[in-house]
Amino acid sequence: MNKLTATERLALIRLKNRPTVNDYIPVIFNNFLELHGDRHYGDDPAIMCGIATLNSVPVTVIAQVKGRNIEENKRTNFSMPHPEGYRKALRVAKEAEKFHRPVICLVDTPGAFCGVEAEKRGQGEAIARNLMEFMTLRTPVISVVLGEGGSGGALALAVCDELAMLENALYSVISPRGFASILWKDPGREKEACELMKITAEDAQRFGVCDRIIPEAVGGAQNDMKLTASNLAEYLSEAVERISQFDIDIMLENRYNKFRKIGMFEE
Amino acid sequence: MLEDLFKVVRARFNDGEEEKSDGSSDINIPKDLLFKCPRCGTVAYMEDFEKNRKVCAACNYHARLTWQERLQYTADPGTFVEFDAGMTGKNPIEFPDYEKKVKAAQQQCGTNEAIVTGECLIHGYRCVIGIMDSNFMMASMGSVVGEKITRAFEYATEKKLPVVLFTASGGARMQEGIVSLMQMAKTSGAAARHSQAGQLYVTVLADPTTGGVTASFASLGDIIIAEPKVLIGFAGRRVIQGTIKQQLPDDFQTAEFMQENGFVDMIVERTMMRRTLARIMKLHNYPKEERPKS
Ligand SMILES: [Zn+2]
Repeated sequence: MNKLTATERLALIRLKNRPTVNDYIPVIFNNFLELHGDRHYGDDPAIMCGIATLNSVPVTVIAQVKGRNIEENKRTNFSMPHPEGYRKALRVAKEAEKFHRPVICLVDTPGAFCGVEAEKRGQGEAIARNLMEFMTLRTPVISVVLGEGGSGGALALAVCDELAMLENALYSVISPRGFASILWKDPGREKEACELMKITAEDAQRFGVCDRIIPEAVGGAQNDMKLTASNLAEYLSEAVERISQFDIDIMLENRYNKFRKIGMFEE
Repeated sequence: MLEDLFKVVRARFNDGEEEKSDGSSDINIPKDLLFKCPRCGTVAYMEDFEKNRKVCAACNYHARLTWQERLQYTADPGTFVEFDAGMTGKNPIEFPDYEKKVKAAQQQCGTNEAIVTGECLIHGYRCVIGIMDSNFMMASMGSVVGEKITRAFEYATEKKLPVVLFTASGGARMQEGIVSLMQMAKTSGAAARHSQAGQLYVTVLADPTTGGVTASFASLGDIIIAEPKVLIGFAGRRVIQGTIKQQLPDDFQTAEFMQENGFVDMIVERTMMRRTLARIMKLHNYPKEERPKS
């Protein structure tokens, strides 16, 4: 298999026909029952939540929704959540915890939305709260980055027992364009930033961030959505079963240590 | 976000007047004798400004402090014991000249990284303290900042001590790539465990608290204090302006704005900070030590 460069992958995951959670969920899960609203402010369509079965096992699904066309994207704000989206995610995760149901987060966002209303409603606090609460959530959490894993907006759904990435998915602290414009004052150097930033699934694995890489169809997920979905389903079924067997306290210790050990320094 | 934010803050506080890279905004003002408030433009004698703990007497803007100044204003004299002063970062994504930049900041700030952590007494109340210094690469959070904060929380959890963190940051240290993003999860996890152990965590949001730091440990205090008029937010002002294409209100992302929207418990003057922190620890039943331990 020929590995694509980070820049090629960035182009690939931005393809209009790249499958989204709206394609994957009906194939991977059964009986998807959508749950709306954060119970405080509203319902954010950028994050879709629900309960479904995965091989007859009930799971809670939290998914960032990229639109497949302009209408869908208008509705889901190009998958850039507001604070109420993150709070809805936390609410359904807490519901899952109550019933000892595994949580599956499907990450696909350029980042949390940046806007006046998002600031007023506490975008920072909403993300921070999720980081804290998911770290101690007493039920298995598995996150998969499907396309773009953009910054804190992705991390808010990626504090988990195991993080997987689709083969061509990217996970980064900021978009390559943002990186170039801030550190080099030149957004035109996006491509150079993309290669330098080490944002591919293999890079994330080397840093201990990504635990598993899920193969896509040859040439990218868009070439065979069903095959990619079946690879995803196979991974998720296996991971849910494996992680569910852990004693909860040991599982939480492992989850803490997964993040605890990430960092490069010397003394 | 960090350098960008720097500019945004400058632009905002200087009405667009460009600052020189050495930090002096006006070559006609001898830097060491006079202070020109970047917020309201009032010029004061540096001596008076420093006597006033670097608060602008005209507009009450609470200017940025070095970690040494913050420590001096906060800890009981002679009680501070520093943690992890010898820790240095690496270069996870081999960002060109990253080590050089860190070294320059180390020399300028007299510390190994953008946060100084340790244990001290505040009016007799023992606590773990962390002070971010925005002079150090905008106090962005990379591996060392994340590890120092995590260890500070773990130590406090073990010793049953409260944690007081003075935050000021441009966000994640982008030069460390995804590793810097993970520090948000790591520090929040450590704060979660400290909280579950029933210990108190107080954050003091100083100028500027933004990005990945706002979106992690800075927003997780049991009690969240802010200094008057400081900048607090998630996204950069310029990014938001680019999205909405309209003028933002003057008080947008200030401490006062954040309090009005429900994200800050209290806004506390610098001169009242020590007393307030001690009072909070007292109200949470922490014991007062009459004499500092040597
Ligand atoms: Zn002033």
